[in-house]
Amino acid sequence: MSPSPPAALQTFGLCKDFRGFRAVDGVDLTVAEGSVHALVGPNGAGKTTLFNLLTGFLRPTAGRIEVAGSDITGLPPDRVARRGVARSFQITSLFDQLSAREHVELALASGGGLGWRFWRSDRLLGRHRAGALDLLDRVGLAGVEAALAGTLPYGRKRALELAIALALDPRVLLLDEPTAGMGAEDVERTVELVRQVRGGRTVVLVEHNMSVVADLADRVTVLQAGTVLVEGPYAEVRQDPRVVEAYLGSATTGGATDAAR
Amino acid sequence: MLSRRLGPLWLGLGLLAALALPWLVYPPVALDIACWALFAVALDLLLGFTGLLSFGHAAFWGSSAYATGLVAIHTGLPFPLAVLAGAVVAMALAVPIGWLSVRRTGIYFAMVTLAFAQTIYFVVNQWGSVTGGENGLQGVPRELGGVDLSDPFVFYYWALPIVLLGIAAAWRIVRSPFGRVLVAIRDNPARVRALGYPVERYEVLAIVLSAGLAGLAGGLFAVGHGFASLQEVYWTTSGKVVIMTVLGGIGTLWGPILGAILLVLLEDQLATAGFDGINLVTGLVFVLVVLLFRRGILGTVRHLLLRRRDRRVPDPEPGVEPASAPAVEPAR
Repeated sequence: MSPSPPAALQTFGLCKDFRGFRAVDGVDLTVAEGSVHALVGPNGAGKTTLFNLLTGFLRPTAGRIEVAGSDITGLPPDRVARRGVARSFQITSLFDQLSAREHVELALASGGGLGWRFWRSDRLLGRHRAGALDLLDRVGLAGVEAALAGTLPYGRKRALELAIALALDPRVLLLDEPTAGMGAEDVERTVELVRQVRGGRTVVLVEHNMSVVADLADRVTVLQAGTVLVEGPYAEVRQDPRVVEAYLGSATTGGATDAAR
Repeated sequence: MLSRRLGPLWLGLGLLAALALPWLVYPPVALDIACWALFAVALDLLLGFTGLLSFGHAAFWGSSAYATGLVAIHTGLPFPLAVLAGAVVAMALAVPIGWLSVRRTGIYFAMVTLAFAQTIYFVVNQWGSVTGGENGLQGVPRELGGVDLSDPFVFYYWALPIVLLGIAAAWRIVRSPFGRVLVAIRDNPARVRALGYPVERYEVLAIVLSAGLAGLAGGLFAVGHGFASLQEVYWTTSGKVVIMTVLGGIGTLWGPILGAILLVLLEDQLATAGFDGINLVTGLVFVLVVLLFRRGILGTVRHLLLRRRDRRVPDPEPGVEPASAPAVEPAR
């Protein structure tokens, strides 16, 4: 690895304890600028905890997190977002009463301090209208911008999630199981969408579906019991005997569901 | 939205009712209604639009009542300026209280605000040389450049513009970019954080603004009664405003006004009838609302109207599903 450009996202000995239980245990993760990096592992491996540490939703017990070489350890989620790390959520995290466009406007407005203006009309958010429509168009939601998020079908909610995250113009895009709960056709569409809209951006995704990982990821980190089991390109990782045993092997009971999810 | 289209109509009727009020009820009661209505609207800013249950709003209402009274007594300023000073004191108080409270959520937030309010109560009670202690702060004048305000009927019309301004401010706030962020925080704080909004600071500002409006109401109340009593900073006052807001319907602005009207009238009727278990009755009202119609009166009405409209128009959003893009169904 050449030492010249700092990694887009890097962790050093990251640990997180929950009442004596160590969910993340000394994780060193290096996500190269412009790459797509997948975090995989069996349930309870610490993927979600790691994800929440990276986005500031949890404070690490020990260790350090850097974005493009600058320390973001311990910053609250809003500051992490401002530093260029945007995350998507799994379903049900949209505001049902807001339209698709209003979601994206709210995301676009977060940088400019517009949100503090309690003495102005909320129509002021309309200044981000063009930008919002453009983003919605990019994720294939042109024409449904006025629909309330609560009325959108599942796959479109996920697309809206993506548009919201992109609205923050992040350096690193963290996607939390972007294809969770989708049928095969929508999984394909989502993979295609992520590929299109990321536009060279660094992406970190937590993903259960191995075909998605195979399609999207440049590198894969396999977590087990809070530690990094293996890291490398997908083709290598999937043949690693430790991975086969720990992840794919143990999936004889749940492997089919993992693939189908 | 249904309510937005009918807005001007309701606004006209509301103004008419506000102007007619002292003809319909005993004028001091009319002033009580106006003050409590603004107080409940202020609470709704937090409870209905930010999702924060403050159980210590008496701290702001009461501290302003005392501050307004002290300013009026010691400076002889016109009463609107004294009330304004009281509101500023309440807002200043709301900064540290808010800052320390927003670290907790849900019931813990309610407990922390209650604890702060009780602290204020303790201070006001102990600081007898300034506040009059258990006797309250007596002799708050109604000063306004020589205008005779001794008649409660007249004073109501001088006080009403301040109440209306306060309610208008609340209306502006909930329909501002800031208000949009508040509602988003109410619905999903984690999501708002992820968008880069410092949620706690927004909540603190919401508390400060709410405290300012509660302060206007409390200050006017003190001027209207001519004194500020310990009751103003007691926890039952915090409870009463919560009951009004919930009774009328949180997150509606009109609801808390309705709740204030009903509860003040109910208490007045009971007091006139010589019944002394007023708190028992208001408590029962609260229990009934929470058990039977949690949305409150206006919230329930709106819900029923929306449901009827939805039944009449089966597809309210025809643009949701263009034919070119088939619906995506979850695999579950």
